[in-house]
Amino acid sequence: MKKNGILSRLFLALVFLFLYAPILVLIVFSFNDSKSNAVWGGFTLDWYVQLLNNRTVLEALQTTLLVSVLATAIATVAGTAAAIGFSSMKRRPRNACLTVNSIPMTNADIITGVSMMLLFVFAGQALADFSGWLNTTAWAESANLWFDFGFDMGFLTLLIAHVTFDIPYVIVAVLPKLRQLDPNLAEAALDLGATRWTAFRKVVLPELMPGIVNGLLIAFTMSIDDFVISYFTAGSQVSTLSMYVYAQVRRRVSPEINALSTLMFVAVLLLLVVINLRQARQEQRRKRQALRT
Amino acid sequence: MSKELIRLRNIRMAFDDEVVLNDLNLYINDKEFLTLLGPSGCGKTTTLRIIGGFTTPVSGDVLFNGVRINDVPPYRRQINTVFQKYALFPHMNVFENVAFGLRMPKVEEQLDENGKVVSRRKVKISEAEIRTRVMEMLETVSLKGFETRKPDALSGGQQQRVAIARALVNRPKVLLLDEPLGALDLKLRKDMQLELKKIQQQVGITFIYVTHDQEEALTMSDTIVVMDKGCIQQIGTPEDIYNEPKNAFVADFIGESNIIDGVMVRDKLVKMYGREFPCLDGGFAENEPVDVVIRPEDIDIVPVDQGQLVGTVTSVTFKGMQYDIIVDFRGFKWLIQTTDHSPVGARIGVKIDPDGFHIMKKSQYSGMFGDYSSYSDEYDELSDAEALDDGEDEGAEEERREEGYAE
Repeated sequence: MKKNGILSRLFLALVFLFLYAPILVLIVFSFNDSKSNAVWGGFTLDWYVQLLNNRTVLEALQTTLLVSVLATAIATVAGTAAAIGFSSMKRRPRNACLTVNSIPMTNADIITGVSMMLLFVFAGQALADFSGWLNTTAWAESANLWFDFGFDMGFLTLLIAHVTFDIPYVIVAVLPKLRQLDPNLAEAALDLGATRWTAFRKVVLPELMPGIVNGLLIAFTMSIDDFVISYFTAGSQVSTLSMYVYAQVRRRVSPEINALSTLMFVAVLLLLVVINLRQARQEQRRKRQALRT
Repeated sequence: MSKELIRLRNIRMAFDDEVVLNDLNLYINDKEFLTLLGPSGCGKTTTLRIIGGFTTPVSGDVLFNGVRINDVPPYRRQINTVFQKYALFPHMNVFENVAFGLRMPKVEEQLDENGKVVSRRKVKISEAEIRTRVMEMLETVSLKGFETRKPDALSGGQQQRVAIARALVNRPKVLLLDEPLGALDLKLRKDMQLELKKIQQQVGITFIYVTHDQEEALTMSDTIVVMDKGCIQQIGTPEDIYNEPKNAFVADFIGESNIIDGVMVRDKLVKMYGREFPCLDGGFAENEPVDVVIRPEDIDIVPVDQGQLVGTVTSVTFKGMQYDIIVDFRGFKWLIQTTDHSPVGARIGVKIDPDGFHIMKKSQYSGMFGDYSSYSDEYDELSDAEALDDGEDEGAEEERREEGYAE
């Protein structure tokens, strides 16, 4: 087969053009010394400077980073634990669990977002009603207590939502490592006098680490990148960077947004590069080991 | 000879209703090299895992020095294991692998005069002592200079030694070995057999060894426990097991055996093929049906007129030290190992001395083993079902050929 036909090259070029032209335009115009998104007015870094002086942006950045870091940390621990649980199940229940696990990943974000929003509204209302009822009881009155369990959507609900959609990615990243794990390793550690916890910490965990770190990076990328689910679950008080961008664009597209989007794009791109490099390296190491044995 | 260390009492084990061990009773003496021998699926590895504490039996007791240890977790047993695929920790180098057990905090129990625990305290071994003990152990298994290598940079035999060192450095009372030589090539396996036996005598502790290789078992063991279908078939020294097998399964599994239907006319006289043969066994009822075992090397080939039995040679295989000759005696094929060559098709006589007979009571295994109709070169090397099928086909072919001779 001929590798580099003119047509196939042209096709490839078109694909890349459609994929990356918008982002390229965005990046170019983030350095544009003009308010217009159509006319080039010379190179400037003003939009970046403005961005860094914009308090709302900085707050949104803080929220984004905080929610991503926390959600990733929680999801990594929970997902790793879940993956270990899955791997020790029998085949049929395990396959059932894996299917359930993959639904949130394939599900449209908007459905996840809306359903979580509904859940939070419902739970907040139910808890508010419950505390209202508690306050009318004689017991609460005599003890002079006032309950208020109700909550509005805000940082906490945003965090819960992020943890929820991050967990499946961690599970999927850790499971292959568990499958490669020699089941005798943990037993060997027990045999040598380690308790179950020590055996896990000193022998099993180091073996799973590459998978766990991959899962962590993917979860972080998903979190930092998310707009739809955040939009529905963050309530009116907090907003993430992507929500800020959306809100700004609805008024008018400012080059400041171009600068912000460029920064976000570069950050996510870097993360993806790191993930891919790690996976490629692990693959190579596995192949080399397979060759040796 | 020496005192009892481990006793398994009425052990029953089942996975999902499938019985793996059925009322197993066994005691193991201190400082003995005991081998659990049997085909795959006979329950030998499960027995080992019960002793190691990795599986808990459905019922029955595991006693260690007379104390029930069913519920003692593996990390508190004075038992260490060498796993089948070594299970070395891949992210640690050889030194750290061997030092692993020593770095684990030990709980030292102070007992009062009644043997009750007064106090417990954690003991840590100093880094200097760990260093000496690890280096000493690495020297014992001739791996000095390999301390900083990672397991995946070692050969199979070296990994094997690390696994042994890692277990022995903890100075256990018992070392469990689960088919540790299975992954090594033949030459290395033979060397390691001798070395293991040497190490066992050197450290002077109990070794419990699991294998399906009868030769390995005969070479190394003080005691062999032959198992099949979750039951112990026979316990004895290698000589006992070989010379006095209890039933057709043991006779067939250990070495080569011709097993023939016979009748014990009276003590020291057995009848087969309608002829009476003097033998040395006794203790059977008069005219009790028995299985007669004749080892291939105990049969002498003599001229037809001097033979106790006369048969036709159907195949001859040169084996280096001897010829393996298959002889047809009225449809039942015997294996004879001899240094004399007889051509295929020859009529020969055989003579068996009284001590060449071994008489066994009939068992569930009677009639299942000991006929060499299906004998082929591959037979004893491949023991999986496929090879057995092939062997049977060849046997059928042989029978057809033999019919040709009759005409």
